Amino acid sequence: MSFRIDQLPKKKYVVPGNAACAGCGMMIGWKILGMALGEEAVLTIPASCAAVVQGLSPKSGVAMPILNVPFASAAAVATGIAEAYRSLGVKGHAVVWAGDGGTSDIGFATLSGAAERNSNIIYIMYDNEAYMNTGIQRSSSTPLAAWTTTTPMGKRERKKDVALLMAMHGVPYVATASIAYPQDFYRKLKRAAEVEGFKFIHLHTPCPPGWRFDPAKTVEVARLAVETGVWILWEYDHGHFRLNPPSTTYADKAKRRPLIEYLKLQGRFAHVTEEQVKALEEDVEARWRSILALAKAFPQS
Amino acid sequence: MKALVAQKTALTGNYAVAYAVKMAKPHVIAAYPITPQTSIVEKLSEFVERGELNARFVNVESEFAAMSVVYGAAMAGARAFTATSSHGLLYMYEATWWTALSRAPVVMAVVTRTIGPPWNIHVEHNDILVLRDTGWLIAMAETVQEVLDLTIQAFRIAETAVLPTAVGLDGFILSHSTEPVELPPQELVDKFLPPRRPDVPLLLRPGEAVTFGNLPSDNRDHARHKIATVYTAQREAKKIVSQVDEEYGRLTGRRYGGLVEWYKAGDAKNVVVCMGAWCSDAKQAVESLRRRGISIGLMRVRFIRPFPEEEVAKLDQYERVVVYDRDITPLGGVLGTEIKALLSRARVVNIVAGIAGVDFDAQNFYETIQKALDGSYREVEFVV
Ligand SMILES: Cc1ncc(C[n+]2csc(CCOP(=O)(O)OP(=O)(O)O)c2C)c(N)n1
Ligand code: SF4
Repeated sequence: MSFRIDQLPKKKYVVPGNAACAGCGMMIGWKILGMALGEEAVLTIPASCAAVVQGLSPKSGVAMPILNVPFASAAAVATGIAEAYRSLGVKGHAVVWAGDGGTSDIGFATLSGAAERNSNIIYIMYDNEAYMNTGIQRSSSTPLAAWTTTTPMGKRERKKDVALLMAMHGVPYVATASIAYPQDFYRKLKRAAEVEGFKFIHLHTPCPPGWRFDPAKTVEVARLAVETGVWILWEYDHGHFRLNPPSTTYADKAKRRPLIEYLKLQGRFAHVTEEQVKALEEDVEARWRSILALAKAFPQS
Repeated sequence: MKALVAQKTALTGNYAVAYAVKMAKPHVIAAYPITPQTSIVEKLSEFVERGELNARFVNVESEFAAMSVVYGAAMAGARAFTATSSHGLLYMYEATWWTALSRAPVVMAVVTRTIGPPWNIHVEHNDILVLRDTGWLIAMAETVQEVLDLTIQAFRIAETAVLPTAVGLDGFILSHSTEPVELPPQELVDKFLPPRRPDVPLLLRPGEAVTFGNLPSDNRDHARHKIATVYTAQREAKKIVSQVDEEYGRLTGRRYGGLVEWYKAGDAKNVVVCMGAWCSDAKQAVESLRRRGISIGLMRVRFIRPFPEEEVAKLDQYERVVVYDRDITPLGGVLGTEIKALLSRARVVNIVAGIAGVDFDAQNFYETIQKALDGSYREVEFVV
């Protein structure tokens, strides 16, 4: 699928007056969601920044049908919406828009349940790598060594790989995406909209206040995550597992930019020791090894 | 026109729930097994699998998910049903508040069971009563026939009051006992229960940018929303409960009295108050006491939410009001405490009995009512 970003639908779903921080990566993702699913999406949003940035009811800074729901419940509520639409003959997509905490921690049981029973929903996890709404506490998706208010010395555990876990549920469609690569995310959303059953997209969304970087650099940080190999773009579609460009290039370690370029842009890694950088590099390597092994083990296209 | 003939059969309380739900034609059912509720889920999944009920049956991984699924379904316009018990209801708790304050008219059967530890599958009422401040309407049935009728009524009540409604049936005592029941003809239920109005309270549809549940711009609006839901809508629901019961009575010949049922209380000096299946035992005791010349009647609470305030106020004309609770709070039982909020305390004896599944039969009622009347009990009396 090839297209130009300036040819995408012009209707704005993320409207002025929303309450997001300057440079919020999640909001960039949300705009792309609007371009891709627009009039078809009905959103379920658990407690998170996304619940807050809509602004204050009865108005909303996002012009989409939205049901805000308890923290752990999103995948199940969306299942209910999808089942109601099926029963009532309504056309549309039940979409979850949830943070990493709502997805990988408290909401993981409802998420895994929805995946296992192949509920017909599109679940998008926007990953700002901590609980930002409550003031930057660690989540299981926070990377190794990153500072948060509950990991003041840096997180000791590695980042939970939720997308891989979802692929291992054997659902129809799982993908990773980055707000620095809008065409890739757009295409994946369009693909998800075609597929019947459970779809999961893990979207990397840098957060300036939480990661401590200049709000002007959101896209640069997101892109560096891909170029250093920290964030890998891939797609699992009905048992076919493939890397997506530009990550295909970075399968070759020599082509990746040095990890330190990504780390030094962000205050949350300001304290890291050489040892921690090494550990992080090893973690990145380990992730590549498993992704490449999977790409080999599963058919490619 | 074909004559509408009721079908006579025998069912357990749980199957009565399942048959009633089938006749109410929900779009979405989601439930998770827990003793003694399980046979409801099993029967309903059987109906769906066999094509006898055209609903989406969602197998969920927990009660929290069950409540969340039916909530989402109801907000998208569907008629939705779930069932649970005890720990399952506790596990749903957060979502039950969200459902009520969203005015999602889901119906839930609660097969009442003791809350642990230790694990105990027998009857108690503390579980269903955790819903009492959420905004849910809460009913308790006395017989298997009433379980069936009340479940059908509950859909009509929930959708008219625009509040979720719980139908309580006592674990094992009703859920697993077989009684003769009359199944109303489907045509009659169809007439009694029109299709759900999907736009009430609000309908989530693709392309229509309505937002529900984000932060309020004005906390006063939020406060008004809560008062309207928990206080005003509950008060309005009282009339709805009575009207629905009356209309159901006209159609089937079975009317239960609305919020409460009065039993031989008209000419009595004293009155017993209780709810649930053991009211049948209490009625037997009332009979025996009346035969021995003791002037006594009974008020059975069918709905504890909306609270039958006017009916409870009428209890002030009795010398003694003996309130039975199968649940415990630091002040006695829930019914006892709430009734005392409206009556002079001196009139009320609150007997907390039968908790943790302890047997309590007609003879126990007979003896304890006597003691309550002859003044040998304190204001709150625990009977084990
Ligand atoms: C049951 C429950 N526990 C805790 C909270 C408080 N809470 C609200 S949002 C949030 C963190 C959200 O983190 P995440 O899902 O990563 O989204 P983000 O805010 O980072 O966008 C927490 C802990 C809650 N709303 N509900
Ligand atoms: S805290 Fe981060 S994720 Fe949340 S709104 Fe601000 S920038 Fe976006």
